[in-house]
Amino acid sequence: MVRKPKAAPIRVLIAKPGLDGHDRGAKVVARALRDAGMEVIYAGLRQTPEEIVRAAVEEDVDLIGLSILSGAHMALFPRVLRLLKSERGAKIPVFAGGIIPDEDARRLKRLGIRAIFGPGTSLDEIVRTATALARGPA
Amino acid sequence: MTPAPALPPAARAIARGDRRALARAITAVENGDPAADPILRALFPRTGRAPIVGLTGPLGVGKSSLLSLLVAELRGSGRSVGIVAVDPSSPFSGGSVLGDRIRFDRAPADDGVFFRSMASRGAAGGVAGTTREVVRLVEAAGFDVVLVETVGSGQVDVAIRDVATTRVVVLVPHLGDEVQTLKAGLFEIADVFCVNKSDLPGAERAERDLSELAALGPAPDGWRASVVRTSTVTPSGVADLWRAIEAHERFLDSGDRRAAAERLRLTREIVERARDRISDDLVARLSREPELRGLLDRVAARTLDPRAAADRLVADLVRRP
Repeated sequence: MVRKPKAAPIRVLIAKPGLDGHDRGAKVVARALRDAGMEVIYAGLRQTPEEIVRAAVEEDVDLIGLSILSGAHMALFPRVLRLLKSERGAKIPVFAGGIIPDEDARRLKRLGIRAIFGPGTSLDEIVRTATALARGPA
Repeated sequence: MTPAPALPPAARAIARGDRRALARAITAVENGDPAADPILRALFPRTGRAPIVGLTGPLGVGKSSLLSLLVAELRGSGRSVGIVAVDPSSPFSGGSVLGDRIRFDRAPADDGVFFRSMASRGAAGGVAGTTREVVRLVEAAGFDVVLVETVGSGQVDVAIRDVATTRVVVLVPHLGDEVQTLKAGLFEIADVFCVNKSDLPGAERAERDLSELAALGPAPDGWRASVVRTSTVTPSGVADLWRAIEAHERFLDSGDRRAAAERLRLTREIVERARDRISDDLVARLSREPELRGLLDRVAARTLDPRAAADRLVADLVRRP
């Protein structure tokens, strides 16, 4: 009798670092990723970078999605990336969504944020990119 | 006696309290990855001692909020806590939103707490098929207490009884009249009833109904469920809840009750595993082996009934070496 290997679902952490309370976008994305068959750990509002990285390690996620509309992305995202590195989680791809000016987006991508989605991005595109990031070579 | 074999590296890391190793092993168990087998096997002897507290109850009664307060209570008394929180998988996409972390606050640097969310992955009963084994990994990592939160449960979701040493059924005021408490299922597995949201009117009535239910018995194992009132808003009653859980754990430690309860759970686990293996095997053979396919053909043609076919299948299974 051979045990059947089950298809392993993608595990993704969706979190909102910083102090803004606008979580509609994060919830819509969480729902879309769920409907694409992913297990979405929804950490919710006002997460510190330390809490996000702790959750990513404990939940052993394949992917982290950060949503931010407060403008504090240049302070918070690099801190998440640094903490991930020190927690041996640097290989976990991080994507982001929210209000992020193009210039900042370019800098964040250089620092290691793998994809950034602004307003008007289709859910299909987010699901496609998230799947590729989680499944593809890191 | 042969000396105990050395632990595989991943098992050693877990026993040392390496959170990342623990998290990865949990994923392997959830995915049915054969890499999990030696880890589970190596760590099994280190389990079966910690209180495993199950929190179950209908959707929206406040299990997650209560869990957060219970963890704070336990941390206040210096105990480390592992948490396994189960949420449902979609029967349509297989995906899930695991939201139990939202209610959870703690200092992120607190190494005395480990929190893992699990999707039910198609299992009925309130927990995933692998929750029992995931709980063992968490216990083997050295946590003093393991808390397990189930999917919001329906009346027949009682799978937590096979996981937890103490089962807390969380309810709220105005869930129904006392006839509801007489119904079979969920109400039968409680070691402790917790009336949460007791800041709302009707809490006293709910407590009274549940106390009467518990007093009516029967209590086949000698334990009558206790009833506590809690509120996560005020908050209040959480220390009482922990005392009620501890009282049940102490009860288990009197005589051989803990061992007897564990033997019952292990019996069900072994039979369940064996049944799963046998049934997978039978399904495969029914479609593959000509002799068994013939059996299926006859049932499909209505010349043999399913019970008779099953009898032959079992007889055939027993004859095999």
